[in-house]
Amino acid sequence: MNTTAFSIIVVVIAVALMAAAHSVNADYLYFASYTILQFMVLATAWNILGGYCGYVNFGSAAFFALGAYSTVFMYKAFPLPVPFLILIGGVVAGIVGLGMGYLTLRLRGSFFAIATLALAVVLQTLVVNWDFVGGSRGAYIIRPENIDIAGFEINYIEYLFGLMMALGAIALIGARTIERSRLGFGFATIRDDEMAAEACGVPTLRLKLIATTISGALMGMAGAPFPYYIGYLQPSSAFGLEYALNSIAMPMIGGTTSWAGPLVGALLLGTAQQYVTVTMSSALNLLIVGLMLIGFVILAPNGLIGVVRDRLLSWKRP
Amino acid sequence: MTATILEVKDLGKRFGGFVALDGVSLDVARGERLGLIGPNGSGKSTLVNCICGTLRNEKGSVHFDGERMDGLKAHARTHRGLVRSFQLPRPFHSMTLADNIRIPLLYTVHREDAAARAHSSLRDRCHDLLEMVGLANKAKRLPRDLTQVEMRKLELARAVAAEPKLLLADEAMAGLSHSEVDDILELLFRLNERGITIILIEHIMSAVMRFSMRLAVLVSGKKIADGKVDEVVQNPEVVRAYLGE
Repeated sequence: MNTTAFSIIVVVIAVALMAAAHSVNADYLYFASYTILQFMVLATAWNILGGYCGYVNFGSAAFFALGAYSTVFMYKAFPLPVPFLILIGGVVAGIVGLGMGYLTLRLRGSFFAIATLALAVVLQTLVVNWDFVGGSRGAYIIRPENIDIAGFEINYIEYLFGLMMALGAIALIGARTIERSRLGFGFATIRDDEMAAEACGVPTLRLKLIATTISGALMGMAGAPFPYYIGYLQPSSAFGLEYALNSIAMPMIGGTTSWAGPLVGALLLGTAQQYVTVTMSSALNLLIVGLMLIGFVILAPNGLIGVVRDRLLSWKRP
Repeated sequence: MTATILEVKDLGKRFGGFVALDGVSLDVARGERLGLIGPNGSGKSTLVNCICGTLRNEKGSVHFDGERMDGLKAHARTHRGLVRSFQLPRPFHSMTLADNIRIPLLYTVHREDAAARAHSSLRDRCHDLLEMVGLANKAKRLPRDLTQVEMRKLELARAVAAEPKLLLADEAMAGLSHSEVDDILELLFRLNERGITIILIEHIMSAVMRFSMRLAVLVSGKKIADGKVDEVVQNPEVVRAYLGE
């Protein structure tokens, strides 16, 4: 399937989902779906560096928070419509991603992972001590009740849900396009064997910097509407463990080598978490993630996509 | 165009206190087949790594095709036609054989030509290269399905795909049987006939002697002999290094 056909299908599904949600028109549905979509974007973003290039980033929360705090900053300094805030969040997080890449990409394996974890701690400390964006007290963002788009009054939470749906569609189409492009082939050589990649003429450092920038930018974009969604942003929620953990766990559970992995993982894990939060307790959330992650790492290291692919292959070739 | 394609001058490399290369100089002529031999740990692989940019030399210089190489990253040297294969084959495990071959085509041969990259002739080129090493029927397989000798052939095909002017084949035959060695040798001869200069780093003496026009010998990071094959193998210093006193 070529990219145009795939894009059309994704857009059609996104619009259909939005129409379906609109026909139900329950606030809770918007809230829950927004969260799942947000995790899907985060997981897809993580996978561009972690899955395609093989560099495990533990600092997803930092990039997510950069997007969220860019919004808080703009809200106080120069309020703009949310789509612009998403772009700004993307640019800020993308630049930090590039910077992080320059500083850390000479490290491999667990050393790189530790460095990204450190980045999250450094940024959180900065935010906690920055009064303008609320410091440790946090910041209130007043979400309007409705928004007027071309004469239509739209429930603001539905509007945010729609934006996140669009971002999700862009992320999926982008990830799939990268995967099948020359860039994606280059990323895969880095994951498989960097020394051999260089010997084949692949400029590995440049490609890794491209990956950290795209990945960081997409995470920042996922975080930018968050203050409007949550209404009150404090450092511990923006830098929450669940972002770092989920954005790793979802691609791992779905499968890291394909765009479909983070999608499947986010749908599965995101829905399970929402279900558990409502029916049992919100504290059990991360326990579920942890258990599923351990289970998959042991039983299906290539994720659900990997399991399906292996089945298909052994079926074709008896 | 000069007659010398590779000019290594006074190359030095240390790992901590261990001197791996101690002022090695080596000239290679265009179209030549050079055999590089030496006991284990004599610095052959380090020399290859320094020439190709996998390691950085601390002393001396490498000139390739009239251009200074030291300071350039490994991929930039590949772009200029200085290509290596690895001692232990390093295929891209998650890619099919055809995609393995596609990488140097995308990133070296057609790196500045997007139209050529998109063109369907790229697939034919991958097929031809696999055909050359007799792996065309496995184009859609993954490297893990290959035997040892097939893996080495893939390694060579991928190096050749980058359209080298000079190919450094680092122990392309280690661990292979007689007939397999003959296979690889024949392949290397064919490449040389097409005008590719080849440096063969090898332990199997019969193969090196048959292949090389000239031999260079490394012992303890120093070049102790360099010249015609039969002269070098009778050189007392070389004999001592290989057989002991």
